[in-house]
Amino acid sequence: MAEEWRSWLALAGLGAFHGLNPAMGWLFAVALGLHRQSRAMVYLSLVPIALGHALSVALVGAAFVLAGLSVNAQVLGLGCGLLLIGWGLYHWGYRHRHRVRFGMQTGLAGIFLWSFLVTTAHGAGPMLWPILMPICFPSGATSGAAEPASIAVAGVMVHSAAMLAVTATIACVVHEWLGVGILRRVWVNLDAVWTVALLAAGTMLLIASL
Amino acid sequence: MAAWTPDPSFYPSPRMAMKAAPETLAYVAAFDPDRKVPDALAVVDVDPGSKSYSSIIASVAMPNTGDELHHFGWNACSSCLCPNAPHPHSERRYLVVPGLRSSRIHILDTKPDPRKPKIVKVLEPGDIAERAGYTRPHTVHCGPEGIYVAALGNREGKGPGGIFLMDHETFDVRGQWELDRGPQYLAYDAWWHLGHDTLVTSEWGTPDTFENGLIPEVLLGAKYGRRLHFWDLHKRKHLQTIDFGDKYQLVFELRPAHDPTKAYGFVNCVVSLENLSSSIWTWYKDGDRWAVKKVIEIPAEPASEDQLPPLLKGFKAVPPLVTDIDLSMDDKYLYVACWGTGDLQQYDVSDPFSPKLTGKVRIGGIVSGATHPLAKGARLNGGPQMVEISRDGRRVYFTNSLYGAIDAQFYPEGIEGWMVKLDANPGGGIDFDGKFFVKWPKTHRPHQVRLEGGDCSSDSYCYP
Repeated sequence: MAEEWRSWLALAGLGAFHGLNPAMGWLFAVALGLHRQSRAMVYLSLVPIALGHALSVALVGAAFVLAGLSVNAQVLGLGCGLLLIGWGLYHWGYRHRHRVRFGMQTGLAGIFLWSFLVTTAHGAGPMLWPILMPICFPSGATSGAAEPASIAVAGVMVHSAAMLAVTATIACVVHEWLGVGILRRVWVNLDAVWTVALLAAGTMLLIASL
Repeated sequence: MAAWTPDPSFYPSPRMAMKAAPETLAYVAAFDPDRKVPDALAVVDVDPGSKSYSSIIASVAMPNTGDELHHFGWNACSSCLCPNAPHPHSERRYLVVPGLRSSRIHILDTKPDPRKPKIVKVLEPGDIAERAGYTRPHTVHCGPEGIYVAALGNREGKGPGGIFLMDHETFDVRGQWELDRGPQYLAYDAWWHLGHDTLVTSEWGTPDTFENGLIPEVLLGAKYGRRLHFWDLHKRKHLQTIDFGDKYQLVFELRPAHDPTKAYGFVNCVVSLENLSSSIWTWYKDGDRWAVKKVIEIPAEPASEDQLPPLLKGFKAVPPLVTDIDLSMDDKYLYVACWGTGDLQQYDVSDPFSPKLTGKVRIGGIVSGATHPLAKGARLNGGPQMVEISRDGRRVYFTNSLYGAIDAQFYPEGIEGWMVKLDANPGGGIDFDGKFFVKWPKTHRPHQVRLEGGDCSSDSYCYP
């Protein structure tokens, strides 16, 4: 049971990490609020940001469950490990080269798409695989598609709720009190941390599956 | 290697950038009009406390001759903090220095020693033409998708000119920026309103119409640029053209408001065919469309034929030839360089539709040849040209050469280069810094100035 709790905590922790990252949501919400001189805009734009994030993570989670149902645990682990490492390498080399599609005039639908694309490119979904693996497909037990799917759905919800809670809190604190000047000091290189995390998680998964 | 916290020269908003420490160095592009000596990027000491204040402390020679260094820019700047496309851990470190004539682009690293930059990469004209589809690179801006370079010629050196993108870390040429250029053909300057997802471009001419100097028939036929183009910055699509009409020629420098919530900017028109005046226009958002309004007209000054170069004798007047303008970081003061008459004017543009003249100095000029406190009464030629303002708005620097082939048409005796500095009073008013006058080495002429850490025409911002 303790094992399982750790997995759920890790899912929420990763959500919190994504929520913390200025590049993944709260900063865009704050900027739109400042630009349009509207407090409501700050909080309203958090909704499509959270939904875009959740959709991306959910689609990747669904792909994981489908793969888990059709191949054995070892193949699944190896495949996910390699994909994570690939994602890490992509971040290393090409992270800064994204085409910019949405600007400060974008509407709520644009923010939703932006959040979906940013989350997807970030590799936020695949990072959940190593955590979902032991709770969706505990070794030896195969009990149809319903259980892994419902666990994955719950996992995505826990992750997204944590992300929304953290990103909303920071958006509020920065917009109401701190101001964006804080960026100059506190915007640490989370991309570098993330790249290392992707590579490390992929490597551990590979080793565990061999 | 990427940094851990954002580059300290990146500021979220123009208000915050105004609080930056004063610059101690200025980088100045300088070229040899005879194309015999390599052009150079000069480093000028602008720290009043330094012994070498007001002198060139280093000069980085380019590897070839005849580049005609002109405008240049940084690889990265405050727009890296934008929320929709952040690159906060890139460094403002490299100067991207194009040769307008050669179409070569030099990358200079200012990091190990900002007082002595080093050339670390040279992109050859053939490679740029092949990958970008453009030649005659002019304006360089750091922005949301990397480095934007506005170029005046296409691959063959004809039209259309346009914009290409470069990677701001590897300096690979990524290709043409426009996805749909609509009717746009001529190119010159480019900048944007990050808060309004809009890019603006202006017009000069195709290379064959300026590389040997201005062609009177083209000018009098109103065939040089006279339009502004508005684009969707992210869809890369042409949206709207505004034609100033057949009286107006050479629509040049684009200075959008720094505050990203404001949807207006200023552009200079060099000459009116009607009366040789120069004009400043405000562009602004009017509902869903963009519109322009002429807000300043600077008249030509009567002169006798024997005081004028052959090109102007028939007109018996010296045109102001406003060839550069610059807007202070708080969007309050607009500086206007009158290269023909020798005026450098300061306008209060707090109301962008009703500028008020708040200060004026005169130096050089075709007829006046006005001197400077440190020039010992000597007649100076050339006139105020590329202007740059410190981020805090207290210091204004400018040089006196426009473009080799055009210098010769208006100052046929040959321009002797200089760079000067003005002190600006925050409440309005400008005057020469009596301790700053850089007499340029005779081999070169100075053009654009860039200030250490950023200046008023280098950075754009996403937060008000």
